[in-house]
Amino acid sequence: MTVSRRNFLKISGMAGAVFSLGFYVPKHGEGAKIVKAAEAENFGVEMNAWIHIDTSGKVTIFSHRAEMGQGVYQAIPQMVAEELEVNLDEVNIVFAKGDQKKYGNQITGGSSTVRGSYKNLLNLSATAREMLIQAAAANWNVAKADCYAEAGHVIHKPSGKKANYGELVVDASKLETPKNVVLKKRSEYKLIGKPMLRQDTKLKTNGTATFGLDKQIPGMLYAAVERNPRLRGKVKSFDDSAARKIPGVKYVVKTRMGVFNTYREGVAVVADSTWAALQGKKALKVVWDDSGFEHLSTDEIYKRQREALQTQEGLSFKKQGDPAAIIAQAPKKLDVMYETPYQYHSCMEPLNCVAHYQPDKLEIWGPIQAPDWVQDYISKEMNIPREKVIVNMTFLGGGFGRKAFMDYPHEASVISKEVGAPIQVIWTREDDATQGPYRPGITYRCEGVVDNGEISAFKVKLAGQNVSHWQGGKKDAPNRSASEGFLKPYFDTIKNLSIQDVPFETPIPTMWWRSVYASTNGFAYESFLDELAVEAGKDPLTFRREHLKEERLNKLIDKMEDVSGWKNRKAKEGYGTAITECFASTVGQVVKVSRTADGKLKIDHVWAVMDCGWYVNPDTIKAQIEGSIVMALGAATHHQVTFKDGIPVDKNFYSYQLPRITDIPPIDIYIMENDADAGGVGEPGLPAFAPALTNAIFDLTGKRIRKLPFDMATV
Amino acid sequence: MAIIKCNINGREQSLDVDPQMPLLWAIRDVVGLKGTKYGCGVAQCGACTVHLNGEAVRSCVTKVSRISGQKVVTIEGLSANNDHPVQRAWQEIDVPQCGYCHSGQIMSAAVLLRENPNPTDEDIDTAMAGNICRCGTYLRIRKAIHLAAGMDRKVGRNE
Repeated sequence: MTVSRRNFLKISGMAGAVFSLGFYVPKHGEGAKIVKAAEAENFGVEMNAWIHIDTSGKVTIFSHRAEMGQGVYQAIPQMVAEELEVNLDEVNIVFAKGDQKKYGNQITGGSSTVRGSYKNLLNLSATAREMLIQAAAANWNVAKADCYAEAGHVIHKPSGKKANYGELVVDASKLETPKNVVLKKRSEYKLIGKPMLRQDTKLKTNGTATFGLDKQIPGMLYAAVERNPRLRGKVKSFDDSAARKIPGVKYVVKTRMGVFNTYREGVAVVADSTWAALQGKKALKVVWDDSGFEHLSTDEIYKRQREALQTQEGLSFKKQGDPAAIIAQAPKKLDVMYETPYQYHSCMEPLNCVAHYQPDKLEIWGPIQAPDWVQDYISKEMNIPREKVIVNMTFLGGGFGRKAFMDYPHEASVISKEVGAPIQVIWTREDDATQGPYRPGITYRCEGVVDNGEISAFKVKLAGQNVSHWQGGKKDAPNRSASEGFLKPYFDTIKNLSIQDVPFETPIPTMWWRSVYASTNGFAYESFLDELAVEAGKDPLTFRREHLKEERLNKLIDKMEDVSGWKNRKAKEGYGTAITECFASTVGQVVKVSRTADGKLKIDHVWAVMDCGWYVNPDTIKAQIEGSIVMALGAATHHQVTFKDGIPVDKNFYSYQLPRITDIPPIDIYIMENDADAGGVGEPGLPAFAPALTNAIFDLTGKRIRKLPFDMATV
Repeated sequence: MAIIKCNINGREQSLDVDPQMPLLWAIRDVVGLKGTKYGCGVAQCGACTVHLNGEAVRSCVTKVSRISGQKVVTIEGLSANNDHPVQRAWQEIDVPQCGYCHSGQIMSAAVLLRENPNPTDEDIDTAMAGNICRCGTYLRIRKAIHLAAGMDRKVGRNE
């Protein structure tokens, strides 16, 4: 997409003249600048979003981010409609194609879409509104101050004259772009902060939402790929004689895709139906060359992590005071290990991608979290000019970090080029489950001393794969996410503290998984705090409060105590808590457990309190936290990726058991009200659940669970 | 290959397909209705649920030969205007997040409510346990089914 007005018309299907405003963020620390489409070519870089209004008054906003369930499809129009003064259902959202030069970083991750763009989007929308008001005032020859905007119209208050935005767009687009427009106060919001129904729901109740796997283009063939089962490596030879005999199979070709710094090869069967391609894949006989790939098993991975933590000091992530000296001299200290598993993203929509390679361009459609990365990567890998690689985002049937990776679009592109036809690659559930990348499994060694009810020494070492290495992260630097999840204000009160990363590598490809390192760190840090509280003889929430000297956090703890009945707990009820920070939001959770009459452990209730500062849609926030808790429940008590001889063991849902409706406890969610900057929403609800649960189980049973996942039935 | 005659969403179809092909791929690739989803291929997740003569079946493990002369309803055919009580309840509660599993969830829920117009939480859990939602919308699914049950009674609809 170029930034000329003609092209906007073509792409967004709008009629007549269009008033287009966009914003770009200058390179060096200045605030966003708002520009008209006609002027945009002067800047040409990092246009993050555009608002277009056509002569019928129709509003279209280009979103540079993906919709994978987290609600951006709702949040962006809700923000735009508020300041632009239009009805929510008049705002149409269109997903932009991948283009980092125009939109800046497009990766939908780090719970960053709203918090990264809301100030600019509000400003953009208010600027458009002011220009429309100004155009109307000039037309009517009245004072601008006597005019206001409402529901897609400008109204002259004294006379009651009224003009639709569509009538004003031509004049508005000729005006100077005003600077420093006044934004609404929170108390003036009509839409923001209110629970609003999502715009995409209706598409998702009658089968009309187009996910990646639903994309179809003329002449498209279907491909299924047999890949090296050991996560990396090459094809030595293959026998496709049986595959080629299956009716509908058209081609069998060797293919490959980038997996971080290496390539994984496979054999693709291309057919006229998905079914024929899948049968052809089954009929292949492939001999693999995985020399140089260590055939690791899960037991060996964790044995090595434990040994490393017992014998090595790591790269220092943070050090203050001298915890080691205090620990060495203390009459009593805690020294425990926590273990978290490798996890699979398990999106309901398995990976897939449509690619159409032509001599002059390559076009891709798929459930893609980072279209700009795909464009950039494939341009380099396949030696095609960047602007000739067109990447389209469909709806994503889940993402959770996995669909931010470039392997599957790369592979689809290679196959399309090889066979000279548009193709759709479908990953079976087994492919999706067994081929990574995965969340890394991590072991933590936590040592600590309490003195007079306070933490006098706190030393944490972690050993686990560093996800940033695939992006070129330095191997002699500690994992920059080593304390992700842990509340920063603890650094102010725990004077003797160290956090170290003991380097640990395997050939298993690893990748972000919802809430990333907070999802594992949170379990270690918040379990250990609980152990220290018990050691200090203090109530776990009181103990945390005493170490968190920040008003915002104390209010959060007040709310947690209040809603959960923490202080009025009864006998035979186990209460556990955890508070984690993740992507600029803090979530505190309280879990209540008990035993049923027949002795089974049961989760009675979960209370979650979210502090994400300024927010758009409380119903979306609640949905995201509910979902995060369910995902955390699965990762804590149901499933893990295990490896045997270098191959992932569980291949489908019959053994990789996800939580089902029968597993879900009642969940109540509360949102703190304050004027702090917006934090993330999609991920921060996840990390606190597992430690709150295991802390509750300790409270009820005296059993300390230090290894995830665990089986509720056997505690 | 064989010709399979059947009725899908009220329309007579004559499908020239491998009779071993799962109904899922016949619906998606041959008929071109993409609302029914592939999730696992082994009847573990329920994303592919359709109605075969009014019963909920997993189309990923149902051979297309089995539907010869039978009636199939997919999510596209559940109602004319996206207004079956289950669909309306899903919209009112804003159940979906990513939305991928919800064609199957809705098709399962529609059969549950026909069989049991006033289900308890336990009834819902039993009937819906075969449908996985990775986004974790289960609490809203339960709430929406109760809401749809109320709508059913109100309009006397019981299909």
